[in-house]
Amino acid sequence: MSNFKKLLVSAALATAMFANGANAAPKRIAIVVKALGIGFFDAVDKGAEEAAKQLGDVQIIYTGPTKTTAEGQIEVVNALIAQKVDAIAISANDKDALVPVLKKAMERGITVISFDSGVAPAGREMQLNASSTELIGKMLIKMAADSMPKGGEVAVLSASATATNQNAWIEAMKKSMAAYPNIKLDEVAYGDDMADKSYREAQALMQKYPNLKAIIAPTTVGIQAAAQAVEDAKMVGKINVTGLGLPSEMAGHVHSGASQGFAIWNPIDLGYAATMIADELAAKKAVAKPGAVLDMGRMGKVTLDANNEGAMADPFFYDAKNVDQFAKIF
Amino acid sequence: MSGASVAKGRHLPNSLTSPAARMVKSWESLLLVVVVVIFIVNSFASPYFLDPWNLSDATYNFTEKLMIAFAMAPLIIAGEIDLSVASIMALASTAMGYAVTQGAGTPELVGVGVTVGLLCGVFNAVLVTGIGLPSIVVTIGTMSLFRGISYIVLGDKAYTGYPAGFAYFGQGYVWYVFSFELILVALLAVAFGVLLHRTNFGRAVYAIGNNATAALFSGIRVGRVKFILFLLTGVMSGVASVCLTSRLGSTRPSIALGTELEVVTMVVLGGVNILGGSGTIPGVVLAALVMGLVTFGFGLLNVPGIVMSIFIGLLLIGVIALPRLWAQFRARRG
Repeated sequence: MSNFKKLLVSAALATAMFANGANAAPKRIAIVVKALGIGFFDAVDKGAEEAAKQLGDVQIIYTGPTKTTAEGQIEVVNALIAQKVDAIAISANDKDALVPVLKKAMERGITVISFDSGVAPAGREMQLNASSTELIGKMLIKMAADSMPKGGEVAVLSASATATNQNAWIEAMKKSMAAYPNIKLDEVAYGDDMADKSYREAQALMQKYPNLKAIIAPTTVGIQAAAQAVEDAKMVGKINVTGLGLPSEMAGHVHSGASQGFAIWNPIDLGYAATMIADELAAKKAVAKPGAVLDMGRMGKVTLDANNEGAMADPFFYDAKNVDQFAKIF
Repeated sequence: MSGASVAKGRHLPNSLTSPAARMVKSWESLLLVVVVVIFIVNSFASPYFLDPWNLSDATYNFTEKLMIAFAMAPLIIAGEIDLSVASIMALASTAMGYAVTQGAGTPELVGVGVTVGLLCGVFNAVLVTGIGLPSIVVTIGTMSLFRGISYIVLGDKAYTGYPAGFAYFGQGYVWYVFSFELILVALLAVAFGVLLHRTNFGRAVYAIGNNATAALFSGIRVGRVKFILFLLTGVMSGVASVCLTSRLGSTRPSIALGTELEVVTMVVLGGVNILGGSGTIPGVVLAALVMGLVTFGFGLLNVPGIVMSIFIGLLLIGVIALPRLWAQFRARRG
C-alpha cells in the first residue's frame, strides 16, 4: 500500500509541475527524430536547445521511437497531438506513411515542419534541407581547389554509378567547375560504397594519374577508403582527399594529413534552424508558402521553393581545428 | 497468480478449487488490476490522458497487433507459433499497392489484402502440417521470404495513391470516438473468445497443446486443427495489413517491421503458455491494454521509448518466471 501511496504522491507532484508549466505557457516545440540514441540527432537536439535558449519562451521536447519505423513515429506523434504541443519538427522514417497523422496534427492547429529526411508536401508546411544539390556541388570543388592554388588534376570517387544523390552532386560540381579553369577532372570512379572496392579504386586512380592532386569522394565510405589508400601509398601531402564524411570516422585521416578537410551538414545548425522556423510559423509571424522568406536566426534566411522546401546552408567544413570537437558527436 | 498446474486444469470438471476462487487468483485478474493502476497513474501524471479523443488515438497503438494476437493465441496454445505475421502484412500491403496501380477500388483492395494473408497462412500450414516441419523454423523462413518478395517488388519505392474511400479502415470512425479499428477489434475479440472458449474446436486446441499424441488418439484431427489455426493467423495478418495500410495511406517494404515480436509479447504477457496448453483471449486483450496504455502514458510524459521496452521486458520475464518460482516455493514447503 505504501508503494501505491508513493506512486500517487509522485503522480500528484508531476501534475503540479505540469500545472506550473502551463501557467508560464512556454511554446512547446517537439523535435521528432528517426530514432533515439543516434549521435547525429542528439546534436540536432543540442542546436534546438540553443535556439530555445535564445528565444526564451520555448521548451524543446526531444523525442522519437526506439526503432527507425514509421509506425513508431506515428505513436510518438499521436502522443504529441494529445499534449497539444505548438509545433512538431520531424525527420521522417517514411516520407508517405507519416502524412495522415501529420495532417491530423495540422488540423488540430499544430505547426508541422520536416527537416533532414522530409515528408511529402501534404504532410508538412515546409521542409528544411540541410543543404542543396547546388551548394554541395559547389562545396566539393571548392574544398579541392583551396588545397591546390595552382590548379591541377582531380578525380572523383563516388558510390555506385546509379546512386541518385551522388550523381546529382557530381553533376552540380561539374557545373561549378567553370569557375576553376585550371582544374581538370580526370575521371569519376565508382567504389559502390564498399570499403574494399573503394580502396582499390582509389589505388587505381593514383596509379593511372601520377599528377593527381586531389580525390573528391562525396560518400562517407569512399572518403575514408581513399584517405586510407593515400596513407598506405605514402602519398600524404601530395594528394588531398576531400568530400563528404563523418567527423568521427575522418578525424584520424585529418590528423594524418591525408585529408586537409571535408564537409557534411552540421546537425547542430540544422536543429537550431528548424527550431527557429518552427517557432516563427507557430507564432504566425510568417506563413510557409512558395517564395516565402523565413528567418533562421544566426543561420540567416531561407527562401522556400515551389514545393515549400528550403536549403539551410553550405555543407559545414571540418578540418584539423574543429574535427575532434565534432567527432565526439557523430 | 495461481501457478501453471491450476491454469492447465481450468477446463477439467473435477477441479478442486471453485470457479470464483480461480477467477480471483487468475493471471487475468492481476492484469486487470495492472490496467486499472496504469489508468489511474496516467490520469494523475498527465492532464491530457483523460480525453476521449486522445484515448481513441491511443488505441491505434495496439489495435492491429491485437487482431493478429487473437489468432496467434490459439496457435501458441496448440503448441505452434507463426513468426511470419509481420512479413505477411508487408506482402499483403504490397499486393494491395500493386492492385491500386492496376485500378482496383476499395472493395477489391480489401479482398486482395485478406486473400494474400490467407494464401500465406495456407503456405505456412502446408509446410508445417503437410510436411511436418517445425513451425518456428518454417515461419522464420517465410518471414524472410514474404518480406523479401516485397523488397523485390518495391525496392526503395513506395505505393501511394490509395483511393480516398480506402482510408476509412484505418482512419475512419464508426460513431463518436469509436474508430473502425476499435469496433472491429472488439467484434473479433468476441468471435475468437467464443471460438476458443465455447466450441469443440477450442477444446481441441487446448487438448493438442497439452498433449498432441493423446489428442490424436482421442480422435481429434490434429493436423486439420493446426492447418485452420495457421490459416486464421494468415487471414488476421491480412486484415491487420488492410487496416495499417489504410492508416498509413502508403506501402513500403519495411511496413510493420518487428510487429511479430510485439504480437508474441502481447500473447505471452496475456498469460498464454509459450509451451502451449493454456491461456485465454480476455488475457490477451488485457495485455494489449497494458502495452497500449503504458506506451501512450509514457509518450504523454515524453519518456523515451526505451524505458517502455525495459518495462515490457521485465513484465515478460516476470510472467514466465513467477509461476515457476511459485511452484518451486510450494514444492519446497511440501
